[in-house]
Amino acid sequence: MRQVYLDHNATTPVLPEVLEVMLRYCRDDFGNPSSVHRYGRRARVAVDEARDAVAALLGAPAASIVFCSGGTEANNTILQGVAAALKDKGRHLVTSQIEHPAVLDTCAYLETQGYRVTYVPVNADGIVEPEAVAEALTEETILVSIMHANNEVGTIQPLAEIARLVRERGILLHTDAVQTFGKIPTRVDELGVDFLTFSGHKLYAPKGVGGWYARPGTPLRPLIYGGHQERGRRSGTENVAAIAALGKACELAARDMAREAARQLQLRQALEHGLRERIPAVRIQGEAAPRLPNTTNVAFAGVEGETLLMSLDLQGVAVSTGSACSSGSLEPSHVLKAMGVPAEFLHGALRFSLGRSTTREEIEYVLAILPGIVERARALSPAATP
Amino acid sequence: MTRYSDLVQEHFERPRNVGEIPNPDAEAVVSNPACGDTMHLYLRIEGDRIVEAKFKTMGCPAAIAASSVTTEMLIGRRIEEALAITRAEVSAALGGLSPQKVHCSVLSEDAIKAALRRYRPRQTEG
Ligand SMILES: Cc1ncc(COP(=O)(O)O)c(C=O)c1O
Ligand code: FES
Repeated sequence: MRQVYLDHNATTPVLPEVLEVMLRYCRDDFGNPSSVHRYGRRARVAVDEARDAVAALLGAPAASIVFCSGGTEANNTILQGVAAALKDKGRHLVTSQIEHPAVLDTCAYLETQGYRVTYVPVNADGIVEPEAVAEALTEETILVSIMHANNEVGTIQPLAEIARLVRERGILLHTDAVQTFGKIPTRVDELGVDFLTFSGHKLYAPKGVGGWYARPGTPLRPLIYGGHQERGRRSGTENVAAIAALGKACELAARDMAREAARQLQLRQALEHGLRERIPAVRIQGEAAPRLPNTTNVAFAGVEGETLLMSLDLQGVAVSTGSACSSGSLEPSHVLKAMGVPAEFLHGALRFSLGRSTTREEIEYVLAILPGIVERARALSPAATP
Repeated sequence: MTRYSDLVQEHFERPRNVGEIPNPDAEAVVSNPACGDTMHLYLRIEGDRIVEAKFKTMGCPAAIAASSVTTEMLIGRRIEEALAITRAEVSAALGGLSPQKVHCSVLSEDAIKAALRRYRPRQTEG
């Protein structure tokens, strides 16, 4: 059976060139970067070079990059770390209603620790309006955290504008850039952010590695204490092989970004256009907003997304109903709810996220089978309740 | 995604007794407010025995499989026997459902009860 992977926002395969680097630092140059001998020195060089590659993609000094276990840890460190460092200055944070659970659940935890959090809504296109963020700021606000692009619908937030309003008040700004890092430009000075989260497994590096950028001089209490690795900002022996792999993945992302973005955008548009043409009662979330070139969230009225997902899976096509972590939950997506998606579409959404391996033939295969799948699910559905 | 048993997958791929019964002797539409899933159950009853059962369901794969297996369980049963069907039996008939998916079988139990409690035998001409 044909296998079509259209879930690159959940995770990506490790590229062959990336895997080679990884194997080298598992097998041959396996030293501990803290060791003084040549094994250690070679590992240290690998970590330093990876830091340079990440820094280049962010337009930031290498010393401002810290590696850790991924996007979730980076988000936790920044939110909890700024909250702890600035607790005498204020105990109020501002974020949005469409953040990843790694931000939302950390905020919920902070609320149990005496902090107050404002969850700014989004408009119907899935965009956080800068004025809404500005209105949420108070004398007590110490940190604003707004994701760069949303993982479920792909909408890109107007960070530069938000940054202007937040920073003129002397407040720190964090962005979760896990879904944009390596896909579209993420230069920290253009975004105007003080902190930025990135993760390896969304850009063809392995899972379990990622990190954050912290503007030099910003306050941040570490989450993890120990052997002073990463200059004390994140202890624990460096995951050298994964970090080196991430560095390689950043180089490849920088090399191919413009070309891949344009290519994937074309395929995504073909998919959206084809679905519209072949299936009645289709809704594309955030259609009018700037979106990631590889992502589209399409809802089909009167059917259940998981049913479509399973039918597609039986025919070899892997997609998602939202974020991978929330599947299996009863509730419709918090992102679609925040966008005010109409009830008949709320349960019938699928996220297609394209990647480097995606071809036109794959898109055509999906366009060939999905109309029948939706039709079958609709035929199974009861007519509108009397 | 939640793991599904082979039986769930089988009923999902080839659901039994899909459709409507015109002029059914009993029917019910029930839905789960949390996930929005809806089941419409139709029954034809002769004497006190269910002779035909059909369904239409908008829901997740587990809800569709549960509807399908429920119609199979209903056909041939007497009304009291049908009323005794529990969600646990529906779930067991599907090889078990994960904790997150147990509520999908509740829809079936609710539909049976709602349809049969409202059922009054038709007056036979005499
Ligand atoms: C927007 C966003 N933030 C954070 C994460 C978590 O990153 P990680 O899987 O590296 O912990 C993800 C994806 O899983 C994501 O999409
Ligand atoms: S998720 Fe609600 S019926 Fe299955």
